[in-house]
Amino acid sequence: MINLSLRELNQLLTSKQISPAELGSVYLDRCRQFNPTLNALIHVQNDLAAADLLTADRSQSILAGIPLIHKDLFSTKGVTTSAASRMLADYVPPFDATVVGRLRDAGMVSLGKANMDEFAMGSSNEYSYFGAVNNPWDLSRVPGGSSGGSAAAVAARLTPVATASDTGGSIRQPAAMCGITGIKPSYGRASRYGMIAFASSLDQAGVMAVSADDCGLVLEAMMGHDDKDSTSILAEPWRWQAPQEASMQGLKVGVIPDWIEQLKDNDIKRSTQQALDTLVSKGAELIEVDLPHADLAVAAYYILAPAEASANLARFDGIRYGHQSAEPCDDINDMYRKSRNEGFGQEVQRRIMLGTWALSSGYYDDYYCQAQRIRRLISEDFKQAFSKVDIMAVPVSPEVAFKQGEKSDGVSMYQADQFTIPASLAGLPCMSMPIQPVRGLPVGLQLIGPYFNEQVILSTAARFQLVTDYHLQMPEAFL
Amino acid sequence: MSQQWDVVIGLEIHVRLALDSKLFSGASAQYGASPNSQVSFLDAALPGTLPVVNEQAIDYALRFGLSIDAKIPEVTRFARKNYFYPDLPKGYQISQMDDPIVGRGQIDIETEKGPKIVNITRAHLEEDAGKSIHDEYDDWTAIDLNRAGTALIEVVSEPELYSAKEAVAYMRAIYNRVTFLGICDGNLQEGSFRCDANVSLKPKGSEALGTRAEIKNLNSFRFIEKAINYEIKRQKQLLESGRTVVQETRLYDADKDQTRSMRGKEDANDYRYFPDPDLPALNITAERLAKQRQAMPELPEAKFARYCEQWQLAEDDARQIAYDVAMASFFEQSQAITRAKAAENAKFLITDFNALLNEHGSDLQDTKISAGHYAGLLDAMASGQVSRKIAKQVLNEMWTSGEAAETIIEQQGLAQISDSDALRQIVTQIIADNPNQVQQFKDGNDKMFNFFIGQVMKQTKGQANPVQTKQILEELLNND
Repeated sequence: MINLSLRELNQLLTSKQISPAELGSVYLDRCRQFNPTLNALIHVQNDLAAADLLTADRSQSILAGIPLIHKDLFSTKGVTTSAASRMLADYVPPFDATVVGRLRDAGMVSLGKANMDEFAMGSSNEYSYFGAVNNPWDLSRVPGGSSGGSAAAVAARLTPVATASDTGGSIRQPAAMCGITGIKPSYGRASRYGMIAFASSLDQAGVMAVSADDCGLVLEAMMGHDDKDSTSILAEPWRWQAPQEASMQGLKVGVIPDWIEQLKDNDIKRSTQQALDTLVSKGAELIEVDLPHADLAVAAYYILAPAEASANLARFDGIRYGHQSAEPCDDINDMYRKSRNEGFGQEVQRRIMLGTWALSSGYYDDYYCQAQRIRRLISEDFKQAFSKVDIMAVPVSPEVAFKQGEKSDGVSMYQADQFTIPASLAGLPCMSMPIQPVRGLPVGLQLIGPYFNEQVILSTAARFQLVTDYHLQMPEAFL
Repeated sequence: MSQQWDVVIGLEIHVRLALDSKLFSGASAQYGASPNSQVSFLDAALPGTLPVVNEQAIDYALRFGLSIDAKIPEVTRFARKNYFYPDLPKGYQISQMDDPIVGRGQIDIETEKGPKIVNITRAHLEEDAGKSIHDEYDDWTAIDLNRAGTALIEVVSEPELYSAKEAVAYMRAIYNRVTFLGICDGNLQEGSFRCDANVSLKPKGSEALGTRAEIKNLNSFRFIEKAINYEIKRQKQLLESGRTVVQETRLYDADKDQTRSMRGKEDANDYRYFPDPDLPALNITAERLAKQRQAMPELPEAKFARYCEQWQLAEDDARQIAYDVAMASFFEQSQAITRAKAAENAKFLITDFNALLNEHGSDLQDTKISAGHYAGLLDAMASGQVSRKIAKQVLNEMWTSGEAAETIIEQQGLAQISDSDALRQIVTQIIADNPNQVQQFKDGNDKMFNFFIGQVMKQTKGQANPVQTKQILEELLNND
């Protein structure tokens, strides 16, 4: 059962061969069985929520009765939402994130909350107050981050679907490292309301699942305009239609030879090349494109994202909710200092300091404004590229899942995002799909689409998945 | 040796917009509700909440901009102003830095030296903070977030006010403007209108501005004048004793009539403004501006011109009425239905009615006298039914009872005796009763004429029509 697609699960449910409660229990049991090994989940429900099951029974959606796990960045009414931070370890939101509400309305049944890098800041899921997540393919390795819990949970089939968020690569990179499919839609497609903010101009909710088809079904249900989010776009959302055949005749695929050259791991290079060959074998045409400013992307991102984060995280002052230091305090500033020092992990503190500094008087023009200019140039680069191609296919990560503790300095961790950050800065839809694994570890290929065209990347991935089975491979220990 | 100084003042005025809901959260913005009863998830800065701008606040700000003939940008942006304080739940205030909604404009003020135009640098939208209550609990500071997120516009003047009196006149002009537009309720006690004053001194005639001190949170016209004057005196003493003024923020203590230092420049926050990524830049379309222009009431400047042109009011009278919202409205309502000339109406309103208001320390809108009843009184004056003196008396009655002028005149028998037969009878009798005085008049003592007028008024308790009385007296005295 755990290898069935959402459409197949829907068949079982609608033909009443299995009930939502039974299906939920299958996965809930797996969560209980495997989470101690993986630490992918911060919270596992004791029981399936009666309200969820009731909605599942009534919903006509194809998703009715399908279990899911939410990244712990999404507010869930009445259920602790910690963002993997000590600061919010006991915070229980009084409302649901819009995305959570929409998926519940569709009848999806929540199993729990996924581990992540604290406040979505990280690329290895080692920066969690609740401990690191282990990669199901090799427990000594990281699952990637920041949506490492969601990725590991889907990879080990603790859930068929998980929500996730992507600011600079937080869906694509862990999806690649865990061998699953994950999509970040265009900025503004999915509501950010109720999703704890890291960098507001970049944060975007997305989906992780086994296949592109599964991702398409869930994304369709969660996206769409939300009056509560001023940055959500008004455009009518599309309806997902799975391609029935693998042909990519006429599809112009942009490739960046320089990026492939930059892959130091020859196995990944070969795997990537092989995946591109598959696209060509199905009729796609590869066209070389260039993003001349992309090498500035990481630097710009690590100014802009921390700058926004420094303001977004200012609300965590221990006054109204969240961690408040038990130490005696001299005055209000001392209380802020102690509470925030204890409540935030090191990486979060580092980014708050970076961001505060980048916005400070005397540095603002040289750093923040300069980074914004780079951001515009990169958007321009993509615009140029998409005047020639329908879609871009590039690497996700320069490496396979690395060993826990291997990257001890911030900068080498930041460099891990070099291929994912450009599309984030431009706000474009992008995803990762599994390709030929190397040395027993998953590898992903990143597909990037033009603004608001999630269908073209999803359907390309779905066509690819009609002729490959990398996405169906599972780590043996969790069969 | 005492030096001569030029005073330079710039004001930042915070105007609370009269809106039902807050600037970004949709929570009620009603004043005076029980603490923390009007706090949305956003106002409490719960994680994941997002701001959505109140469109009416945008429209109100635009109306203000149009009313001061300001440059309105095509695109306006919100920015985050970052600082930590417990009554600022998000840890930043959503305000505007670059591209404020209202650009450079100007407003007319009245000074002792006559009218003056004051340039306004900009006006921007921002949310208010909550309230910290320090004195209610022994070891605690209480926070009330009802005010957090309510909509303000901050109006920043150029530093071109040169005395405390000018500063007050400017503050009044802005006050009158925003209340006139109906975008602010003008309630000073509730903090709907408050002001920070930047005060500096420079040697007379010098170009360069001196170091300024900022006096925070002045919310009365009286205090602002006193605070500025105190500050001028303080800075003058410093400078003349060879010391320097420190750039700092000061608070005015009304009880002691002093300003005292609140924080120095070194403690000043670096607010780290940057564009708020939660709020996309807002395009202000020509249609939207046109719509707001239409929705605006006639401005005082236009009223003034119209009063002079259409109703031929004296400029001083026209200005006094046009620039006072309540008076202009009362004047126009009454003028629409009275037969009296506009100039008469204006004169009575400005002198007699105003005197009554001053006497009672009241505002026009609080009186029992409706514009309709007032128009009735003007009619009674115009038709000669009552003299201006009696009219004042009737107005007094109207003040207390709220009755119509006609009713009061009739009930109290205050109508002038304009019946010439009745008057003729009274005058004939008085002439008959005073033969000596008649003789004196006839002998050329003209002053005796006033004696007879006095007698008639005495007998009629002042109700005799003075013009007719004079005519009849002249006729009868000279006839014999």
